[in-house]
Amino acid sequence: MDTILQLINTIVNTEPFRAILYIVGMIIFVALNAAYLVLMERKVAGHVQLRPGPTENGPFGILQPMADGLKLMTKQLLIPDGVDPILFRIAPVLVMIPAIMGFVTIPFSDSIAARNMDIGILVVFAFATINVMGLLLGAWGSRNKYAVISAARVVSQNIAFEIPMLVIVVTMIMISGSMNLHTIVSQQSGGFWNWNLLNFTASPLMPAAFLILFTCMLAETNRAPFDIVEGESELVAGPFIEYSSMGFGLFFMGEYANIVIGCSLTTILFLGGWGCPFGLFPGIHWFLIKLYLLIFTVIWIRWTFPRTTFYGLLNLSWKVLIPISFVNLLITSAMLKVF
Amino acid sequence: MQTDNLKHNLTLIQGVTLQDIAYSTKGYSLDVQAKAESVLQVVQEIDKAGFFIEAITGVDWLGEKAALKKEADDKAKAAAAAEAAEGEQQPSLPANESPVLQEDEMEIVYDFNHYTSFCRLTVRVRVPRSNPRLPTISSIYPGADWHERETHDFFGIKFIGHPNLIPLLLPEDSDFHPLLKDFKA
Amino acid sequence: MSAFLERQTDETFVLNLGPQHPATHGVLRVKLLMDGEYILAAEPVLGYIHRMHEKMGENRTWIQYLPNTPRLDYLHALAYNQIYVNAVERAAGIEVPERAEYIRVITVELNRVSSHLVWFGAFVMDLGGFTPLLYAFDDREHILDLLEELTGSRLTYCYFRFGGVSCDIDDNFITGTKIFIKRMRERLKMYRALVTGNIILIKRIKDNGPISEEMCRKYGATGPVARGSNINFDVRKHEPYSVYPEFDFDVPVYSECDSMARYMVRMDEIEQSLRIIEQALEKLPDGPFLLPKAPKVVKPPKGDYYQAVEAARGSLGMRIVSDGTNNCYRLKWRSPTFSNLSLFGEACQGMLLPDALALMGSLDLVIPEIDR
Repeated sequence: MDTILQLINTIVNTEPFRAILYIVGMIIFVALNAAYLVLMERKVAGHVQLRPGPTENGPFGILQPMADGLKLMTKQLLIPDGVDPILFRIAPVLVMIPAIMGFVTIPFSDSIAARNMDIGILVVFAFATINVMGLLLGAWGSRNKYAVISAARVVSQNIAFEIPMLVIVVTMIMISGSMNLHTIVSQQSGGFWNWNLLNFTASPLMPAAFLILFTCMLAETNRAPFDIVEGESELVAGPFIEYSSMGFGLFFMGEYANIVIGCSLTTILFLGGWGCPFGLFPGIHWFLIKLYLLIFTVIWIRWTFPRTTFYGLLNLSWKVLIPISFVNLLITSAMLKVF
Repeated sequence: MQTDNLKHNLTLIQGVTLQDIAYSTKGYSLDVQAKAESVLQVVQEIDKAGFFIEAITGVDWLGEKAALKKEADDKAKAAAAAEAAEGEQQPSLPANESPVLQEDEMEIVYDFNHYTSFCRLTVRVRVPRSNPRLPTISSIYPGADWHERETHDFFGIKFIGHPNLIPLLLPEDSDFHPLLKDFKA
Repeated sequence: MSAFLERQTDETFVLNLGPQHPATHGVLRVKLLMDGEYILAAEPVLGYIHRMHEKMGENRTWIQYLPNTPRLDYLHALAYNQIYVNAVERAAGIEVPERAEYIRVITVELNRVSSHLVWFGAFVMDLGGFTPLLYAFDDREHILDLLEELTGSRLTYCYFRFGGVSCDIDDNFITGTKIFIKRMRERLKMYRALVTGNIILIKRIKDNGPISEEMCRKYGATGPVARGSNINFDVRKHEPYSVYPEFDFDVPVYSECDSMARYMVRMDEIEQSLRIIEQALEKLPDGPFLLPKAPKVVKPPKGDYYQAVEAARGSLGMRIVSDGTNNCYRLKWRSPTFSNLSLFGEACQGMLLPDALALMGSLDLVIPEIDR
């Protein structure tokens, strides 16, 4: 009996087992999030629009994502004639897998992280940029004019907004001195006055940097008011216009997974990760609260504002966000040097 | 006044008859009868006076000439009968020959209105029903483009010089004209 | 079409804004010749909902045609009722009791408000803001409830008759309307703050889709499209009909000629309609709502007659040619959206696709009215 328990103990504590546990856990987390974020979006949209949202399936519509998932899986996987055979099929995969992989280094609390790498942030961004390529290949492979127009918009929008995002992240790395996400959060522990959001010793523009990162995250994930890519009223569904059933389902899940990654990054970099605002009981619950508050804000913004013009969007990035983030970078480096 | 000027200019064009109408009876105030050849001139004068185009449509007067002839015949017969009843030995008028049955016509009606002056005017043009053709006014009023296409759809009236006289409301390959009075579905 | 094909080169492609599209509000097909994101030429293709109402007029008696009239523009159906009934009444010399005229004005203006609310919601939805649509529809439900109690239908009202209206309004309706007017004024303030003042919306529609005065005149554009281009033309003031001369209301005219001007014209028109309804309710006379001997057979004298009415979309016109019998000889609908849309081909050249769609939304299209 004892030996069996000891055996189990040794197995559980080995690296491969932990790795498998975390991988499975992450995939479950991403899948559940993608499914229930859809429900959250529809409920919030409903209440903003003075109606209840889905209430049919289960109390408060809890089983709605199950119904949606079942619908998507049982629909016919329609592959139009003449599409590029490889690109069309690969594109949803290319969007979904990097979104899942991005969670590898994100620390949910002091001890919960799949893999605590020293180049944590770099890994997240490396995976995030593949997302654009997935959309582009899918649109091109669909052999549809609407999709091609959307693909062009996707590329220019994402490239434009990646730059200020990376500049802000570089600033944060400079402040913490390490790319390890665990370290970044640990430095912000002990109450909200230690959070990077209010870290005025590093730079007086910190709240602005937070807003810039949040805006860029909205644009990177193609959420309103920057959803000119989908442009639902103009180009119907944008790059995934030809996808049905699970292909569309994967794109959709990938979009929500990206939102979760973006909000997690914002929480970790600016809002102190798993730390309590008053330094009392840090833990995964605080991380999740902050994460879902940010996601709620993302959804709230979508249902309030109309879409910007395309040139307005690009002007915002190139003429406003990039100069401010560079100024922030310079000020931060100057202040770090001095203090 | 603008409309007086316009009326004067219109009377100068050949083949044009004007008629002032009480608005409360008919809903428009000026009625212009024109010939197919002088349509462009008439519309140019109207454009100079600052009117905007409201509608162009057609009316198919199938059977009108026959009805008129019948009326004229009946009247002549009644007059002759009345004179015979009065005991005249000879009819005072030579028996009029019934007028030759003329060809039926289609009427194209243009409606114009003015944004500031109170003057709605109607221009009517009659064309023979078997060969309804008249020049297009879409070079003066681009808005007439669609109205003329619709009139062509419904009546088969050809507008000479129209850039794009293909069916507007009916299917692209239709060759029938539904609003003609002898159209059987 | 030939002009369209001529301009095609290797660099351009034809995009079909097909009959099924979320933004075209009905079955409208627009062929766009695009150079990248810019539109070089546009050609609307109509006829997808053509039902030949004009021929139907010829096959029916005057009274039998009444139910056809609201099916043309279902959003402002009572104006179409009104124009047909006014035209035939004027031709046949049928007098209408004053109470009926007042009731007609009240219901037409209520319908105008509900039509503008639908336009408002759909326009902002086209631009990406999905929420104001639901708020506008919430307000519209109140109007629909009032009119449903009165007429029996929610959308395609066939309420007017030759010589009056089909049933009288009661106190419930009057109190309900007064409550609604108060509520609507509050909601207009909310819309101004939430939507009209929103910087993203302003950037989207300011300076978008300029339509000059001359273009309006050449294409025959009327209604809010013309009033947003500095043309002060409203049939209710220009050629007064019914009891409109008794009411004191303004005609909003804006001179910027862009989509913002047309947007503001319609929002202001809602307020003016509420004013008219208030005054009409105050001045509502007693009396019959329908002629005691309402004609069952109507035979307007021979000749042709024209009638114009201000519908929500512009100056609606109707030409009836009567040959003295019980059937109509010829019936012509002058649809305001038909003329408004005809300028789209010229106005959208050189614009980006989203801007062209914003322009199309600001023209307030209802396709069944164009196609009849």
